[in-house]
This record gives sequence, C-alpha cells and structure tokens, in this order.
Amino acid sequence: MGDKTPSCQHGNTGTPQGDTGPVAFARAYAGLPLPATLNWWWTFGAVLVAVLGLMLATGLFLALTYTPDAGLAFSSVESIERRVPYGWLLRAMHMTGASFCMAALYVHILRGLYYRSYLPPRRAVWGSGCALMAMLMVTAFAGYVLPWGQMSYWGADVAGRAVATLPLVGGWLGRMVLGGENPGTATLHRMFVLHFALAFVIIGGIALHVMVLHRRGSSSPSGRLVSARDRMLPFHPYFTVRDMLAVVLVALAFVLVMGLWPELIAEPANYRPANPLHTPVDIEPEWYFLPFYGMMQVVPYQLGGVLLAGGAVAVLFAVPWLDRGGRAGEHPIVRLLALALMVVAAVMAASAGRHHAQGVWLLAGRVAIAVYYAYFLLFLPWLGGAGLPDAQDDDEKEARA
Amino acid sequence: MSRFMVACAAARSVRGVRLVLAGVLLLAAPGLAAADSKPGAPPAWSFNGPLGHFDLESVQRGYAVYAAVCSACHGLEQVHFSDLAGMGLKVEDIQALSAARQIADGLDAQGRVQRRPARPDDRILSPYVSPAAARAANGGVVPPDLSRIVMVRPGGASRIYSLLTGYAPNAQWQDDRGFRNPYGINNFTAMPPPLHDGGVQYADGTAPTATQQARDVTTFLAWISAPHQDERRRLGVGAGLYLCFLAALFMILTRRIWSHVRK
Repeated sequence: MGDKTPSCQHGNTGTPQGDTGPVAFARAYAGLPLPATLNWWWTFGAVLVAVLGLMLATGLFLALTYTPDAGLAFSSVESIERRVPYGWLLRAMHMTGASFCMAALYVHILRGLYYRSYLPPRRAVWGSGCALMAMLMVTAFAGYVLPWGQMSYWGADVAGRAVATLPLVGGWLGRMVLGGENPGTATLHRMFVLHFALAFVIIGGIALHVMVLHRRGSSSPSGRLVSARDRMLPFHPYFTVRDMLAVVLVALAFVLVMGLWPELIAEPANYRPANPLHTPVDIEPEWYFLPFYGMMQVVPYQLGGVLLAGGAVAVLFAVPWLDRGGRAGEHPIVRLLALALMVVAAVMAASAGRHHAQGVWLLAGRVAIAVYYAYFLLFLPWLGGAGLPDAQDDDEKEARA
Repeated sequence: MSRFMVACAAARSVRGVRLVLAGVLLLAAPGLAAADSKPGAPPAWSFNGPLGHFDLESVQRGYAVYAAVCSACHGLEQVHFSDLAGMGLKVEDIQALSAARQIADGLDAQGRVQRRPARPDDRILSPYVSPAAARAANGGVVPPDLSRIVMVRPGGASRIYSLLTGYAPNAQWQDDRGFRNPYGINNFTAMPPPLHDGGVQYADGTAPTATQQARDVTTFLAWISAPHQDERRRLGVGAGLYLCFLAALFMILTRRIWSHVRK
C-alpha cells in the first residue's frame, strides 16, 4: 500500500492550458493541494458553510411569513410556530442554526489562533475571515431583534444606547440604528433589511475567503511555511470525505439539541411580547455575545465599556500584525495554555455578564478583560518576537500566483 | 366521540361558570375556596424530559377546564381555535366549540361593541375589551395571557400546578395584596381560588376533583405553550438515528479513502 501513497504538487497541475469552462474550474478547486497533516480542527470551515447554507434556506422561508412591524412581528412569529405548515421546524432550525453557526465560528477562529493560520502569506485569509465574523455578528444580532419579544426589544435598546455613547457620531448613529429614540417599527424594518441583505453579502464574503485561501494555500498544523517537503493531498476525495463526516457529526449534535434539548439555546423571556413599559430584571444577550456584554458591564465608564467590548472583537483584525511570526512551530504547550487562558477569560467575562457584574463578579469580569487582552497584546507579540525571516512572502506569493 | 362530548360539555358550562366567577370576583367571596386545596407536590409530568410526550386525553380535559373556568379572565391571544386540532379534535368539534364562544366583532351603528359566535380561524381572545377593563374588573391587575405561560413563567408547569392547588384553606382577599398562596409572587396572587371539586363536568367520566382539574389544565397549558413539542422530539429521535447510520457510513468511507495514505 505504501508505494501507492498519492501526492500532489504545489499549485494546480494537470489542467490543460486554455481550458476555462466550469468543469475545469470545479476540477481545479477539487484538486487543491492540502497538507496531509491537516487535522480535524480544519473541518470547521466546511461545517460553517453547511450551517450557513441551512440558515439561508430556512431564513428565506421564514421571511415569507414574518412581518417587520412592532404591532405584528410577535404574532407573525407565533403563527410561524403554531400554524404555518412545518413553521415550527423552520424556526427551530433557524434558531438552533444561529447558535451552532456562532459556535462553529468560534472554534474556527480558535483553530486559526492556535495554529497561527494568520501568518504570512495568509494575512488576507485571516482579514477576510475577520470581516465575515463581524458581519455574522451583526446579522445574528439583527436576527435576534426580529421576533420582538422582551429580550429582542431590550437588547435593541441596550445596543442603541451603547452605540449612542460613542463620541461625535454616537447620537446620530444610535438614531440611525433604531430609527428613532426608542426601538419600534422603524427598528424592525432596519433590522430585517440588515439581516436579509447581510446574509447575501456574507455569501459573497465566503466566496472571497475561499478564493483567497486557494491563492495563498492552506495553513498546516506544523505552523511552519508549507515547503516542498510536505506531502500534499488533493482536496477531493481526501478532505471532502472528512468534511462530510464532520458535517454529519455536527448535524447529529444539531438535531439532538433542536429536537430533545431546545432549552439549551432558547431564551424563554423572548416568548413574552415586547413591552416598552416593563424593563426585564435580567437583560441578557444570547450566549455568543455574553463575553462582550460582560466586558461592557464591568467597566465603570459607559464609553470605556463599549470600547473595550468592541475592541475585544476588533483586536482579532490586528492579530497578524501583533504576532510577527517568530518561533514558528515552537512552544505548542505554551500556546495551548495561553489560548486556554484566553478562553477561560472569555467564559469568565460571560459569567460576569450573567450576574449583573456585582461584587465578586465585577472583579472577575475585570480580571477577565485583562487576561483576554493580555493574550493579544502581550503573549502574541512575545511569541512572534523574533519576526519572520521572509515577512515579505505575501507579495512574493501573490506575484507567483 | 368522547372528545366531542368533552368539547360540548365545556361549551355548555362556559356561561354558567363565568357568571359564578364574575360573582366571585365582585364579592371576593371567601367561602368558595377549594375544599382540598392542599399545597400538594406536583405530579410527575409525562411531557417532561427529552423523551416526554403529552397525554392528549388530559390535554383535552384541560381545555374543558380552561373553557369553563380560566377563559372567564384569561385569553390565549396567540392561539386560533383551529390550532386546537393538534390536541386531537376533529374539524366539526372545533366548529362546535368555537361557535359556543361569543367574541367582539367591531362596533355597530350606535358605537356599541357587537358580538358574534367565534369561528375556527378566530383568536381565543381575553374576555375583556381592553387592558383597562381587565384591570378594573380584577383589583388593578390584568390577568396574564396564557399562550406561553408555562414557557415564560419561572418554574414552568409544576409552579402553575402548585399555584392552582396551593391556596390556604378559606383564602381571603387581603387589602392590596391578593390571596395568600406560597407559589404566587411574594406569596400572594390576585387570582381567586379558581378550581373547585365538581366545578367542571368531564365527558369521559373522570372524577372532576380540584386536583384532577389542576393537573389537566396544567397539562393543557404546557401543551398550548409548545404544541409541536411531541412532533419535534419524534423528529429529533428519528433524524438522530438516521444521522448515526450516515455517520457510520462516512466513517467507513473516510477510513477506506485515507487507508491509502502512509502515516
């Protein structure tokens, strides 16, 4: 068997010159050479594509019944759940999909951080991924406002206020987002259009992300630049079959959560219709925004909280410049520990967000912010200290392609 | 057949009980407290747990209790009569039970509220024309809508069961606080003890004790809060088994394809 080990070279070979039809395009994509050492953490990109496909398919059908009006939105969602044929299933898939999408996104990003997939020549892959993440977060938030339950309304209210604290443009931007001083029908129209339109922008973004990845080549667990010595395998069938298996396993978890344990992802308070006169005791976003919400809560100055929470997302864009690329492939244990600490900090910030940021949770939340930022602003610069010898590789690679 | 009789019994008893309840509300009559209203432990609900299912017989009896007692004050605003088909009623049953309820239908030429028999595609609205009317009739409190009550109230079904059965014997309205009930908010509730032995007639012969009524109406409210729960659980189990099978196939395929690769 050993002598039949397949392999393929860098770059797509075997495609006749001048053959530019869709078949050749598909063949070139199927033949993308990937390092044979890629592990299972590299399947989450495919999982994300699958979940986003499901979100798009279910979302289009939900939009047929949904009505973005403050007086009608809640009942229109109720009628989807109660009497539109299989509406309950469409909505259950869309709700579960939102949580799975964000979970898969976080795993995908953590994989990129641990294996340093952002190093040259893949800065553009990382950058396009960060842009996709930001758009997904905005889309998820806008989608959560749409059912117009108590958490939808007060979540929009908190977000509007947070935006309004920004200097100079804040007040204008806050009114722009909400369409007035308080959430209402104008907010719903804005969020619906944003949610719907961004879905298609994200699809374009994914195409771009994958295109850049194909140009720059995949990262690998070794963390070193892929060299000619590394054995490469074509995308199809080696990685397609593995991606399919990962998608099926995630789908299994998906139907179990959706069918048997929906309380893991459903927020009961959002099944109360929005009531502008009654502020809930606990205003709390979905789990995937809790770390950032917690960071916003534990800072005494409102503007500081908003900037630190926003910065926690924005710092990801800067990662390729914070980590200069030294010590490639070294200190796997230290990197794992640092990343685990960062994740623990995010969980701690999330817990602080759930506990009103009082007493010991206030302190825990502040420590969490420090640890979270330390990973990006202290650990990554230390790790990449020596700098990468061929840091100009981005341009070289591009010139070759 | 028995289902239809449940529906009709419920429909017949609606008006009479509503009058009685109106009297209870106006006078806050102390003597009408439920006789066996021990704060009992809630039963083990068949619909709890990831593989639970609703006892539809109990759900139907629970609707009879809702229609005879609860609907005097509480609406199910998000529910249409036709949605009740999901608890096992036929189209004719739903037509009969919706026609037994009068609902507001705009204003007549003199500006008075017109009423007509409900149709299957009408909502099961609160009996009060406005929140202000509801507040005026209930000591300053609007009776909550019950469409999702089991889902949104902390404690869920068991808390509602305990609330219904947890009144102190001979509970009396206390100024500005309501009736003493350990399962109410701050140990009080504005709702007069609603369930009494024999207060509802069951068409299927079940003895209508107050605890039985509480158990049935709680089951109904849990069902109306998540009417597709059983279907969703069945789908979860079915799709889960299918995906296990598919995962096994893909595992074999992955091993075969990767078996050519030298480790």
